[in-house]
Amino acid sequence: MRVGVVTFPGSLDDRDAQRAVRLAGGEPVALWHGDHDLQGVDAIILPGGFSYGDYLRAGAIASFSPIMTEVVDAANKGVPVLGICNGFQMLAEARLIPGAHTRNAHQQFIRRDQRLRVENARTDWTNGFTEGQEITIPLKNADGRFIADAETIRRIEGEGQVAFRYLGVNPNGSMDDIAGVTNERGNVVGLMPHPEHATEPGFGPDTPEAMSSGIDGLTFFTSVIERALAR
Amino acid sequence: MPTIVVEVMPKAELLDPQGKAVAGALARLGQKQLTDVRIGKRFEVTVEGEVTDAVLADVQRLADEMFSNSVIEDVVSITVADSADAPAAV
Repeated sequence: MRVGVVTFPGSLDDRDAQRAVRLAGGEPVALWHGDHDLQGVDAIILPGGFSYGDYLRAGAIASFSPIMTEVVDAANKGVPVLGICNGFQMLAEARLIPGAHTRNAHQQFIRRDQRLRVENARTDWTNGFTEGQEITIPLKNADGRFIADAETIRRIEGEGQVAFRYLGVNPNGSMDDIAGVTNERGNVVGLMPHPEHATEPGFGPDTPEAMSSGIDGLTFFTSVIERALAR
Repeated sequence: MPTIVVEVMPKAELLDPQGKAVAGALARLGQKQLTDVRIGKRFEVTVEGEVTDAVLADVQRLADEMFSNSVIEDVVSITVADSADAPAAV
């Protein structure tokens, strides 16, 4: 399975996302923000970073990039799209998922190994988890506060579009402790924590068993690959 | 060259952490009458040629779709300013 990772000016974790795809058994394909070409990939990742220095609003300028026309078309046709951190902000700015992001309520950049609860294990990117499963994924952001109007919150809670919820600590003041959301169809998923940083033993978050051994993030990438193979 | 000025504010009902931080600093300075601060954005868009209705309509659309995100912000004003003149409401 070929999984495209789009590099924007200011992307930081595009190579990490490519590596995660490789570790999960997929073939990563580097895509460029200035192209109108998805190179026929089967799934797309919008990686983390600070595209365009977070100017205007985080993810806003990137969401007007040439390649986003093709990404939005593909997403609407059912191609799996994962937005990680800055990619999550781009998905919101492109209106592929509901809601928006603002500066963390406490005004600080925050980095921590974050416990999450998987709320929706039916999406293209989460089907390898079980509903209610608790996982630990590194988080690092300054504009991670997920917000939406009351009606939207009611709707996405009711429709099961909340994919992940923060456990223990709400690191940025997100409404309803929402860490990640999906679109109605379940092919587009966005979240603030970085699953690509928890895919290889020795380089992930600490676990009770061993230091840096957490690989809960790998399931995002194996989920999308295995579902594609089963089709 | 004429300039179109677009002002965008965070929605009134939303927490504005930047404004809150500045309001906190004012309180620490002993400012008792200045109780709240909200921080928005001002865009000054330079126009080549005349500001026609079509140009204004374009800026209105861009203000709604790019300069602001309607989930969290409101476009509060769009005015035309000439470099020589004071801003005039449109």
